[in-house]
Formats: sequence, C-alpha cells, structure tokens
Amino acid sequence: MGETVQKPTVPEQAGAPAVESTSAGREPLLEVDHVTLRFGGVVALNDVDFTLYKGEILGLIGPNGAGKTTCFNAMTGIYQPSEGEIRFRGERITGKKKHQITKMGMARTFQNIRLFPEMTALENIQVGADAHHKTSVISALFRLPRHRREERDGIEKAERLLEFVGIPNRMHDAARNLSYGEQRRLEIARALATDPVLLCLDEPAAGFNPAEKEELLQLIRKIRDQGVTVLLIEHDMRLVMGVTDRIVVLEFGKKIAEGLPAEVREDHRVIAAYLGVPDDDVA
Amino acid sequence: MTSVRDWIDSGRHAVAERWHNAPRWMRWAVIAAVVVFFYALPNREFYQWLGPIPTTGSNFGQVLFTISIYVLLAVGLNIVVGFAGLLDLGYFGFFAVGAYTVAVLTSPSSDLKTLWPWLLALPVALVLTMISGVMLGTPTLRLRGDYLAIVTLGFAEMIRVAATSSEFLKGQRGFNQIPHPPGTHSDGSPVFGVLDPRPYYWLVLTLIILVVLGVRNLNRSRVGRAWISIREDEDAAQLMGVPTFKFKLWAFASGAFIGGLAGALFAGKQNFVSSQNLELLNSIIILAAVILGGSGNIVGAIVGGGLVAYMIERFRGIEVFGIELYEYRFMFFGLVLVIMMIFRPQGLIPNRRRAAEFKDRRKEVIVGG
Repeated sequence: MGETVQKPTVPEQAGAPAVESTSAGREPLLEVDHVTLRFGGVVALNDVDFTLYKGEILGLIGPNGAGKTTCFNAMTGIYQPSEGEIRFRGERITGKKKHQITKMGMARTFQNIRLFPEMTALENIQVGADAHHKTSVISALFRLPRHRREERDGIEKAERLLEFVGIPNRMHDAARNLSYGEQRRLEIARALATDPVLLCLDEPAAGFNPAEKEELLQLIRKIRDQGVTVLLIEHDMRLVMGVTDRIVVLEFGKKIAEGLPAEVREDHRVIAAYLGVPDDDVA
Repeated sequence: MTSVRDWIDSGRHAVAERWHNAPRWMRWAVIAAVVVFFYALPNREFYQWLGPIPTTGSNFGQVLFTISIYVLLAVGLNIVVGFAGLLDLGYFGFFAVGAYTVAVLTSPSSDLKTLWPWLLALPVALVLTMISGVMLGTPTLRLRGDYLAIVTLGFAEMIRVAATSSEFLKGQRGFNQIPHPPGTHSDGSPVFGVLDPRPYYWLVLTLIILVVLGVRNLNRSRVGRAWISIREDEDAAQLMGVPTFKFKLWAFASGAFIGGLAGALFAGKQNFVSSQNLELLNSIIILAAVILGGSGNIVGAIVGGGLVAYMIERFRGIEVFGIELYEYRFMFFGLVLVIMMIFRPQGLIPNRRRAAEFKDRRKEVIVGG
C-alpha cells in the first residue's frame, strides 16, 4: 500500500475506461506539468501534475493548507513555479504578466472577496470587460467613437451578467453595500466579464447556507453550459461531488488522487486525508 | 456634537439628492451661473457687494490669480492621489519644471538666450513636464505607499536643490523679464500687462474649465476605472486584466501635465522665477487641499484648492491685538486640517461613488413606497 501512495495516478487507472470517455479526444486547456513551488525551505506544491480539459468542471479539493489556493495563484501568475511549467491553451504562462494571462482567457474569483468596494456593481463589471478594451487616454479625453462603443459594450455586458448571476437590481450599488452572497455573485460576474475560457472559483460557497449553495451549483452548471471551463476549489464535499466532472485531490502540496467524483469518494487516501485516519489503518 | 454632524450630514444629503434629481438643463444652468460668477468676481463693481469676502490686505484680483493656480494644481494632484491612490509628496516639482522651462527658453537672463515668446515655450514646457513625470514614474511606480511618497518627496527636493545651486538655473537671483502671454487690445495695449492681474485670472479660469472637462472625461472612462481599481485593490485589478503599471504612469503623466501648465502660467504672469518659489511647503499645501476638498472628487479638489489658497491669503493684513494674523496662517490652516480629520476624514465633498449611493437609496425609497 505504501507503494501506491507514491504513485498518485492509481485511482485513475482503476477507473480508466470512465475517465477516458470524459477526457479522450478532448482538447487540453490547462496543463499543470509537474509543478513544484518552494518558499525558502517550505515546499508548497510538490510535483503537482494534472490537466484540465475544455468544457469540464474540475474540482480541486483537499484539507486546509493542502496547497489549493497556492496552486491557483501559480496558475494565475501570482507565483512562479520553482520547477515544472503551466501551459494554458498550449502556451507557457510562466513569466507572463497577470493582466496578459487574464487577456488569454483565464479569470478567477478570490477566497476572501476582493471586489473594488467603492465602485458600483456596474463599474466592477466594466473593469472586467475593459480587459479586452483598448480605449486609452486620448480616446477617453476626446470621447472618440471607440470610447463610446466600448462604454456601451461594457454596460450591456454588465446588464447581461448581473441578470445571469441573479442580482440585476444591484447595478448602481457600491460593491461594499451588497450582501455577502451578492458580493460573491458579483465577483463571478466580474470574472465572467473578461470573457474567460477558463473560470477559476476559489471557494465560492464559503459561508453559504444550503439553499444558497444549491443556487450556486445551478449557476456553475449554467456557466459551464455557456461553454466556459470551470476549475472549482471547494471545501464542501457535497457541493464538489454534485457539480464536478472530475476531481483532483491535494494534500500537503501533493496530488494524492484524481478521478471521477464517485471514485475519489471511495478512495481510502482521500478519506484518510479528510478524516485523519491513522497510518496503521491506511496500511 | 453628533447632532450637529447629523444635521450637517442630512443637509448635505438633501443637497446631493436634489442635485441628482434635478433635470439636466437645470444642472447646466447652475454650473453656468457658477462659472459666470467666477468670471465676474475680480471686478470691483461686482465684488464690492460681497461684504467681507474680498481680501483687504492685497489686490483681490492678484489673490484670485493665486487661488486659481492652486485650484489647477489641486485638480492635477487629485488625479494622482485621489483617483489612482498614489501618494505623491513632490507634486510641486512638476510646477517647477513647467515654470523653469518657460523661464530658460524665454528670459534674457537665461544662458540659452533663445528669447522665445511665451506661447512658443508653453508646449515645450508641457511636453517636458510630462516626460519628467514618466521619468520619475518609470522606476518609482513599482513601489507602493510610503516608499513612493518618500521618492516623490526626494524628486521635488532634487529640483529645488538643482534650481538653488546650479549656475544654469540662476539660484536665488532667478530669471527675470519672462514675457507675458500674447495678445493686444484694439488700442494696441497688451491684454496681459503688468498692472492688471485680472486677464491672467481669466486665462487660468478658462484653462481650469478645459482641464476639468478633460479630467471628467478621463474619469468616466476605462482610464478612470483603471485608476480607481488600482486605488481600491491593485492585485485584484491586475488579475482582472488592468495593465496597472501603464495606467499608473498615465496618472503621473496627466498630473504632471497639469502641474507644468500651472507653472508655465505662473511664470508668464510673474515675469520672474527663482528657487525661492520652490518651497517643499507648496507640495504639502496642495496635498492638503486635495484631502480637505475630498480626495477622488474633481469638485472637491477645486473647492479644496480654492479654500486653502483663500484662507492663506485672507489672513494677510488682518491684525488682532497687534498680532499680524498672516504670520500665523499655517497654524490656523493646520488646526482646520486637524478638525477636518476628526469630523470629516473623507473631505468636504467626497468622491463620486458615494453620490451613486444616494441615487440608489432614492431608488429603494421609490420601490419601497
């Protein structure tokens, strides 16, 4: 048993046919290729390796401190991997600027909400939409046609997205005056405004009650149905099981399992990681 | 004390609400009336009816010119500090670059002996200040908060020391006979003369209006949103696709442009520029004006700049118990700032986001009723 712990791909092999059917023939969108990330002596990510395919909802789970958010941050360009590389749409993102990665089609939300609090919901979304806009000082100063066109585009997008996430009546409210749940939704809308191919949600259900979680599930499915690939970090196992197509499990910065939700749920290492079963019992 | 504050607050809310409810034509009419008022202000026939408002110790037209320069500077600094949230303690340095460029190119005491007319030197001064803004910004805008403040403080000091000690920049002797802006009346006498400060005031006032329209356009665009998103959360802004460095540099360059404009106008009016004009205090006063008026709000910056400059000038020539109040002007000024920080830290007229909130509160009331 000790041997299989060293080889984290085993569960995938066990469920090989099923996994093949969901990922075979699909285009890889994001490849996390043997990424190691060290902060001084601390190894935050240890040889993490997984691929995200176009159109799926992938769950990234693990106990507290497992390295989920670190992994997210490496993907969005906040940290540079010490070893290995991350490819997005076939292109290396190492060394790219954060706003360039966003422009390539990767958007994210934050574990602790990070909206622009003094800006209205509309303006928050416009900032996201501006990622693909080109208006600069000259066009804005003289209100040239490009400025007008892009303003209109931003407002239309905001109306559409606020409707989509279910808070259409909050358009002109300052973000900090929105309720907690509305802020979470606004963050998703802002991320979607950048026209992402891949949307990374960092614990979007944190602090939600069961009814709100159910609504969030539906929203995530709706996002996927729009053709956006979703990477979901989540603590709540039920939520993850209910919505994801595949799951990657991290523990202490290492990938310990990967596979379909049903397989991962049965995986004893995952159970051990979550419930803290003593080593003797694992073996 | 709280009740007084509530009372003032509710009054202000009512005014803000009225303002946002008012039809567009009415708002424009109010703005037009304010503009006409300020154009009429330096005429004795007009200001003699205003009681104690005109200054007694000095020519009111001259005072208005000084105030207008401060207002222009406050509008410029508001872009950097108020919108983009970059603490710039050396803003007056850009004023110096503008004034000195004009002086070097036009004055007979300059070593260059180019003797350009003022109007020709103006665009050169503006371009040079923008370049100096970009040059200062490129290495320093990677810094945040306190560090940026210290570096910008150093920039203004460098310029002051260079102006004081460099032979080329003439130190305290300065440059004299800087030409005035061009233009003659029908009888052949120049529009911008030595005796009458009013034409200069009108010129600056007109430029303030143009600058404010420009800044307002920027603020209500992708550029303004980028600046404010940087102020609110720079990391989140980057991750939402805002090229933060580029827009911080634009904030610096735009602010520098306006500062340089103020400097060039000052040089054209004053005829004389020397290192004595370049005290560190000036940078601090403008920053105080922006904060007093309401950081991040254009109208706030105008009101702040006007009030601060007016307060300083108003004390001139007033004696209480044989003490010249002007000597204590900065003490009063400091006192006002302290009181402001206690009772109204967001400034007299806070930024536009809060205006939007009033709007929505109104909507909620309508829905609820």
